Amino acid sequence: MSVFLEAFSTAFKLIVSLDTSLLEIVWLSIKVSISSLFIASVLGFPIGALLAIRPFRGRALVITIFNSMMGMPPVVVGLVVYLVVSRSGPLGWLEILYTPYAMIIAQVILILPIIVALSTQILEELHKEYEEIFKIFSVPPRTAVFTYIFDSKDALLTIFLAGFGRAISEVGAVIIVGGNIDHVTRVMTTTIALETSKGNLPLALALGIILLGLSLIVNLVATKIKSTANGGTNG
Amino acid sequence: MNRFKYPIYLLFIFLTPSLIFGGEVLLQSTTSTNNSGFYNHILPIFKNDTGISVKVVAVGTGQAIRNAENCDADILIVHAKKAEEEFVANGVGIKRHDLMYNDFVVVGPDTDPAQVRQSKTISEALTSISRVQPSFISRGDNSGTHKKELELWGKISIPIKDYSGKWYKETGSGMGTTLNIAAELDAYTISDRATWLTFKNKKALKILFEGDPLLFNQYGAVLVNPDQCPKTRAKEAKAFLNWLLSDNGQLEIKNYKMNGVQLFYPNAMR
Repeated sequence: MSVFLEAFSTAFKLIVSLDTSLLEIVWLSIKVSISSLFIASVLGFPIGALLAIRPFRGRALVITIFNSMMGMPPVVVGLVVYLVVSRSGPLGWLEILYTPYAMIIAQVILILPIIVALSTQILEELHKEYEEIFKIFSVPPRTAVFTYIFDSKDALLTIFLAGFGRAISEVGAVIIVGGNIDHVTRVMTTTIALETSKGNLPLALALGIILLGLSLIVNLVATKIKSTANGGTNG
Repeated sequence: MNRFKYPIYLLFIFLTPSLIFGGEVLLQSTTSTNNSGFYNHILPIFKNDTGISVKVVAVGTGQAIRNAENCDADILIVHAKKAEEEFVANGVGIKRHDLMYNDFVVVGPDTDPAQVRQSKTISEALTSISRVQPSFISRGDNSGTHKKELELWGKISIPIKDYSGKWYKETGSGMGTTLNIAAELDAYTISDRATWLTFKNKKALKILFEGDPLLFNQYGAVLVNPDQCPKTRAKEAKAFLNWLLSDNGQLEIKNYKMNGVQLFYPNAMR
C-alpha cells in the first residue's frame, strides 16, 4: 500500500510545485492529442456522414473495415507509421520521424476509425428517423446533414471524448514513432513507461494519477459544454 | 473551408517549436546510457562547447542498429562490438571507435539458492545456476546485454534455449523491465552496471557476482555513412564524435557520477 500513498503524495507535490518538466510533458501530450483529434474529426465526420446517408456498393464492407480497425493495436500502427516516415521509407523526405508530427499521424490513424464508426452509427439512426419527413418537404441534403449534426451533438461530443481518450492514453505507437526523446517527443504515457522501466514505480503511478486527472478535467469541461448548449436550446 | 482556416493556423503555431529545433544530431543509443542520466550530463556540456544539440533515442542495441540501418540515426552509441563491426562492414557505419566501458553484474535474490556468491568465475556462476535451475530472467531482445549473456552461456556449452519458458525466461524487454520481473520473481539476471545502479525497485535483489574479465562491457561509437544515408547530418555528428573522443569529452565521461559512483570509464584510443 505504501507505494500508492507515495504515488499520491508525489503526484500532489508535482502538481503543487508546477514542476516545469512535468508541465512540458503534459502540454505536449495535450497538443499532440488535440491536434490528432482535430484532424481525425475533420476527416472522420464527413466520412461517417457519407457512410450513413449515401447508399453505395461495398458500403457494408467499408463500415465493417472501420469497425474492426477500432481494435487495431497501437504498436502495429506505430510500426507502420515508422516504416513510412523513416528516412529510408516512402515519406522519409519529410523528416518527421521522432517529431510530434509523426506522433500525430499515428494517433490520427488510431482515432479515425473510432470517429467514423461511431458517427456512422449515430447518423444512420437519425437518418432512418428523418428520411421520410425530409423527402416530403424536399429538404436539401446539406440542410439535412446540418440537422443531423445539430440533433446528435451530445452523441458527437461523446465520440470526441472517446477519440481523445484513445489518443492521450496510448503509448505503443507514440513511443515507436516519437522515440520518447526528452524535451522533444516525451509525453505522459511514454514517461510512465520510462519511469516504470527505471523501477521508479511511485513516480510512474503519480504520473498516471495526473493523466487520469487531466482526462477528468477534459470530461468535466465537455459535460459543462453539453449542459450549457442544451440549456441554450431549451430556453 | 474558411471556418477551418484559423484552427489550422493554430495547429501550426502549436507545433512549430519542433520544426525550429529540427536541425539536430540524431543519436540512437542504449537505455543503459540514457536512463542513467549520462546524456543529461554530457549533452549540455557538448552543446555549450559547440552549439550543437543532440536528440537521443534510447532502445536496445539490436533495435538501435536496425533503426540506424534504416538511416534513422546520425550516430550510434551501443555496446555489442561484433554487431557494430558488422554494421561498419555493411557500409552503413563509417568506422567503429571504442568510447568507454563498465561491466556487467549478475544479480539475484539475497538468499542466493544457486550459491552464485561462492563462484570464482562467471562460468562457474552460470554453471551452478544451470544446475540448480532457479528462475533466470533473460532480456531476450537482441540487445547488447542479451548478446553478452548468450555468449556467456555458449562459453560453458549450455543449450540455454532448451530451457526457455521453464526456469529460463525471456522477457523480450529492456533492462529495467527485466529487472522489475526479476525482483518480482526472486530470480537471477545479468544487468549492465549503470542500469543496476540507477534502478529503484530492487526489492530482494543483490549483486551476487562481479569482476570477471568476461563481464567487460565496452561501448562503441559509430558514425552513419552519408554515402548510404544522404540525409545524415554528417558534419554535426562528426563534431559530436570528435568531441566524445577528445580529452575534454573523455574527461566529462569520467566526471559523470551517480550518488558518488562513476558509471562509465573512458577508453577512447587516441
